[in-house]
Amino acid sequence: MHTTTADTHHAGAHEAHHDEGGFLKKYVFSSDHKVIGIQYGLTALVFLFFGFCLIMAMRWQIAYPNTPIPLVGGLLNGLFGDLATKGIMSPDLYNMFGAMHGTIMVFLAIVPLAFGAFGNLIVPLQIGAPDMAFPRINMVSYQCYAAGGVVMLVSFLIPGGAAQAGWTSYSPLASTIPGDGQTFWLVGMVLLITSSLLGAVNFIATIIQLRAPGMTWMRMPFFVWAQFVTGFLLLLAFPPLEAAGLMQLADKVLHTSFFLPTGLAVGGNLANISGGGSPLLWQHLFWFLGHPEVYVLILPAMGIVSEIVANNTRKPLWGYKSLVYSSLGIGFISFIVWAHHMYLTGMGTKISTFFQTTTMIISIPSVIILTCLFISLWGGSIRFNTPMLFALAFLPMFGIGGLTGLPLGFNYSDIHLHDTYYVIAHFHYVVAPGTIFGLLAGVYYWYPKVTGRFMSETLGKIHFWLSLICMNLIFMPMFLQGMAGMLRRMSDGGAMYSVAKVGAIGGLSAAIIKLNEFVSHAAWMLALAQLPFIINFFWSISNGRKVTSDNPWDATTLEWQTPTPPPHGNFTKTPEVVRGPYDYSLPGAPKDFVPQNQTT
Amino acid sequence: MSDHSAHDIAKSVKKYWFVFFALIIGTVITVGAYFIELPSVALTVAVALFIATIKGFLVAGYFMHLIDERKMIYGIMASTAFFVVGLMVLTIWAMNDLPPTTMFK
Amino acid sequence: MEIPYVVHPRRDTGLYNAKVGIWLFLASEVMLFGALFSSYILLRVGAEAGEWPTHLLNVPIGTVNTLVLISSSVTVVLGWAALKVGNFAKYRACQTITVLCACAFVGIKSYEYNDKFHHYQVITKDGKVFDGHLVSRDKEAVVLHGHQIDASKGKALGVREASRHGDHGKEIEIKADDIKKIDNYGPAHNTYMSIYFTLTGLHGLHVVAGALVIAYILWPGAGMYKTDPERYINRVEVSGLFWHFVDLVWIFLFPVLYLL
Repeated sequence: MHTTTADTHHAGAHEAHHDEGGFLKKYVFSSDHKVIGIQYGLTALVFLFFGFCLIMAMRWQIAYPNTPIPLVGGLLNGLFGDLATKGIMSPDLYNMFGAMHGTIMVFLAIVPLAFGAFGNLIVPLQIGAPDMAFPRINMVSYQCYAAGGVVMLVSFLIPGGAAQAGWTSYSPLASTIPGDGQTFWLVGMVLLITSSLLGAVNFIATIIQLRAPGMTWMRMPFFVWAQFVTGFLLLLAFPPLEAAGLMQLADKVLHTSFFLPTGLAVGGNLANISGGGSPLLWQHLFWFLGHPEVYVLILPAMGIVSEIVANNTRKPLWGYKSLVYSSLGIGFISFIVWAHHMYLTGMGTKISTFFQTTTMIISIPSVIILTCLFISLWGGSIRFNTPMLFALAFLPMFGIGGLTGLPLGFNYSDIHLHDTYYVIAHFHYVVAPGTIFGLLAGVYYWYPKVTGRFMSETLGKIHFWLSLICMNLIFMPMFLQGMAGMLRRMSDGGAMYSVAKVGAIGGLSAAIIKLNEFVSHAAWMLALAQLPFIINFFWSISNGRKVTSDNPWDATTLEWQTPTPPPHGNFTKTPEVVRGPYDYSLPGAPKDFVPQNQTT
Repeated sequence: MSDHSAHDIAKSVKKYWFVFFALIIGTVITVGAYFIELPSVALTVAVALFIATIKGFLVAGYFMHLIDERKMIYGIMASTAFFVVGLMVLTIWAMNDLPPTTMFK
Repeated sequence: MEIPYVVHPRRDTGLYNAKVGIWLFLASEVMLFGALFSSYILLRVGAEAGEWPTHLLNVPIGTVNTLVLISSSVTVVLGWAALKVGNFAKYRACQTITVLCACAFVGIKSYEYNDKFHHYQVITKDGKVFDGHLVSRDKEAVVLHGHQIDASKGKALGVREASRHGDHGKEIEIKADDIKKIDNYGPAHNTYMSIYFTLTGLHGLHVVAGALVIAYILWPGAGMYKTDPERYINRVEVSGLFWHFVDLVWIFLFPVLYLL
């Protein structure tokens, strides 16, 4: 394990040495956690946008099946040839975009943004550390992520195209689709998993070892706790998927039968394999990661929202300890709920009762966290700036997402709702207006720390209100569609199962299918709503309102007690932490906030 | 561990040799049991895994110094053990608790 | 500010950074191999009667490899202990043995792999099953040195029954036209071979990686012992922890794959 490049150098000398390396050394092959955080952030935002573009194209096919896609139809035809003849999206291309939308959003956009970007940028600053514990491993972690992203992108352009078996890649489907898309997917995933594992080791070691003097566990900001638990989830949940990925890769490349049962027929013929494998094994190993992954997505957002809520209500967070213990509880229980994704695979009553029970239990800590945050608002003189608006919107949006998950956690209601648009609406409420709003709040909140300038409030508020409205217009109708029985992953938006085609019993009504158009229009509106953000993001780098102090939000946590932007090594002298993270409106204090390293 | 004195080290070295021979003896017993062919499969599995577990504890405990490691490491490894057992037990349970009419696994 | 606790342990945790790091990494490794062992159990329990091979691998060779790996593990810890009391020469001798043991292990493993790739099973069109090492193969016929298998209770059980009585078999010639299926005992042969190659292959990669790290610290990286001895000893300890873990995995792999 290599830790740091220059032990004996003085801090100043180290910094000077760092500047000598030129552009490549400073911005590309940097081992500074802030630079790596920004690399992660920018890359992840690009992937977030790309993943969104995929779904926008798919939404056309859902709303207006088998008509040429306007604007990008020609481009798709040029890139994918037969898969998009005359700009019409074929079912194969639809599957490909669907699988890659999920993969990109989860593994290349949200996790890197929540964990890689915000974790890297903020965690060392908040605990008063000079850098991550293993800076060079940190750099390698980003490079693995970038390489994984490149492999995923390249897979679109290979003959046969990218993976088509959904982001869950269930075998035997995933192993028997011809073409190399799935192989690329698996190689990409192994790289991404490696990146996450290295990142997780680094984060946990940093939080355990590099807390500044006086920064006891119960003085850590909740955001750090959230990242700590996230780190453990990644560390322990990803390896089983890595194992499963290696086995599926062997199925694909070495023609083994880990996940292929005896007697498997492909295209009407008996497959030339030894058989004896178990398709359910893949599902178990996948969801062993898949469910903790949900909390990997949501916990960092909860952490960001907590920071912003405390800062803008000018009050200590209500129930800090409950938040901490709840997040630890979520971390533990999230490892033993995974098979609630598999009720329909033919599980016995005992085991499904077990998983129902743990699923219901895990909703308790989530509700505690949400309740604490709501109560924190009580009686505060709230500052409604853009980060706070996003943070406030997170609370009900995540609430809707969480509560609509309960019917999916019971096996009897899940039988009806499984694999319908209801599921899509449920987890998108958690991740899109939930996590992404939390992350956007973080972008607006910490932007001044990184650039020394604020983002525009006007553009920010336009961005917020339009996004909030569009998000709900997109996902609320999907609950209805799902309850009406519309299945996900149908490339014609359910037209094949309409009343017109299959009759009134079991058919989808015209009104339900008509909602597809409405949702698609809302999705494209959401894209337009992101324009103010994109403009704001780049314009403010050089034109935003300048900060007048290092602590423009009057915050208590340590990341605001450094120069702006923080130099290499972060702090000019080691901070001595003397108090908890949220000493706002302390009676008797000269101002309404007391930073963690200040004795009133 | 940096607080080891020369005397402690000399004592540990003896321990390492002891563990080494214990591991060899364990291996010999396991292989011996294999060639004798115990009467039941369950017994063979039990003996082999029991000895392997003891060997595992010896390596982890003495070679990796887990026996006098810090609390933090115990915490990390204990939670890992919990999750790995959860993964094994729950998947095996799920695979065996099938509805009576299911024909596929 | 410089990164603290790179060399000396932090007061409240009692650990230096790299040690926390390696244990966290090992925790993820435990999950990785734990998932593969779970898969092994499920595949084995799910296999049809008589189709899960037992006693297929060469136990004496496996035993030798186990002893090689145990020896390498003790030399790692003895080397570290020697370095602790300042005996660099003894440390170097011990770790050299470690690296040699690692090479021996990989060599023996390659021999076993090679043996399996030359071990064939032939199923003829009239349902006979032959099993043995490939002697020759051309367009007309395949010659195996082995047995005809009684596959009525399952192919794997048949293979075991045939080799059980110390019978080394004879040369069998099978006409190419009669062959329905021929394949070697590679990963695709059955789920046992798949999990065998996956587990031992992944373990083999760990052996190679561990040996490379130990060798790097031992030779090109040894200069640090003069400039920063405490940190050097930490590195030796951390690489040793990884090596013991590799040994520990093998302690379970050996009985599970060879003996049970």
